[in-house]
Amino acid sequence: MKINQQVIILHKTLIAVFGLLFCPSNAAAHLVTTGMGPVYDGIGHLLLTPEDLVPALAVALYAGLRGRAPGRRALFFFPLAWLLGGFIGLAADAMPTFPVSAFSFLLVGILIAADLRLPDNAFTVLAIAVGIMHGFFNGIALKAGPGGLGLLGIMFALFVLVAIVSAFVVSLKPPWTRIVVRVAGSWVAAMGLLMIGWFFRGQV
Amino acid sequence: MKKDFGYMNLCIYLLAFALYLVWAPSAQAHVEQGQAVGFITGLEHPWSGLDHVLAMIAVGLWGAQLGNPAMWVLPIIFPMVMSFGAMMGLLGIPLPGIEVGIAASAILLGGMVLGEVRPKLVVAAILVGVFAIFHGHAHGTELPAGQSGLLYSMGFVIATGVLHGIGIIIGLIHRWPAGKLVLRGAGAFIAAMGMFFLWRALI
Repeated sequence: MKINQQVIILHKTLIAVFGLLFCPSNAAAHLVTTGMGPVYDGIGHLLLTPEDLVPALAVALYAGLRGRAPGRRALFFFPLAWLLGGFIGLAADAMPTFPVSAFSFLLVGILIAADLRLPDNAFTVLAIAVGIMHGFFNGIALKAGPGGLGLLGIMFALFVLVAIVSAFVVSLKPPWTRIVVRVAGSWVAAMGLLMIGWFFRGQV
Repeated sequence: MKKDFGYMNLCIYLLAFALYLVWAPSAQAHVEQGQAVGFITGLEHPWSGLDHVLAMIAVGLWGAQLGNPAMWVLPIIFPMVMSFGAMMGLLGIPLPGIEVGIAASAILLGGMVLGEVRPKLVVAAILVGVFAIFHGHAHGTELPAGQSGLLYSMGFVIATGVLHGIGIIIGLIHRWPAGKLVLRGAGAFIAAMGMFFLWRALI
């Protein structure tokens, strides 16, 4: 094939490509559900709700900073506590107006930023408390939608999330990598402070 | 023959790519609808003001000059105290002389980089923390109506942290003699810009 013919084919292709791009189909955004059932709806809820996702990541980061044993404890106790809190939330009627989750941002963020060495039992209590609290809010939120199966999806997602993130942090050896994790913790704490401020301003 | 094959492949890839783009799947983002824009607004905001950008980069530059542990202590302290300042603003607690404070932060932090000043870590942390309150009070509360406060905060804090990171990365040139000079020059520039901001705030 001659060069000129190749260029002509390329030009025709480009024209066809641009022609196709000018007739896009409708994008169905703003879906509330995944369309794949309540378990996936629960997973989607967790992954698309920063109020829950950030503290979950923060607990996993802190567990990783503390080492293998606390990481293993968090791996099991944190998702189970979240599930328990979720079932309590499913039975509850009213959602507290104060953004309690802001305190989990603040508390866990400060613990990570300061790299405070809590005893293993205290860390376990912390993970359970954060899990129950966020699970409770999830339970209330999911009551009208995916319900208990959604909570199961969240629990599975949390198990995977904590396993990956905490194992990753445990594996970090160079000192600067732990510092990066601590900087991330300071960001989480900063978000918690701002959440409290936004609440009083009425814009959470 | 090989050349022909390459052209044909290119055409096929282009057509496949176009078809893929046309086949728009259901977008599952934006469950919080208009509020989700808050993250982008927060992410953009710290870059929109030169005073904030220069002060944040100066924190990183100074941290890099001071070395460990200041290099990581200052960027950890700054966002937390900055958020405290923003919280003060959100609670309606007034802070006098905000613009002067922000200009002073550029002058002093730039001056520290220029003079390679090495105070004790506590002094450096307090200095950075005090200025962080001004920056937080001024910028952390500027959320457009209808957007999520949390997502705005996330974007704002992350962007500020990225600016510190840029400052630290630039500051790593400190290990070379020529880099030290360049860094001090950058400090002089930031301090001079701070003088300009101060002049603008006072006039």
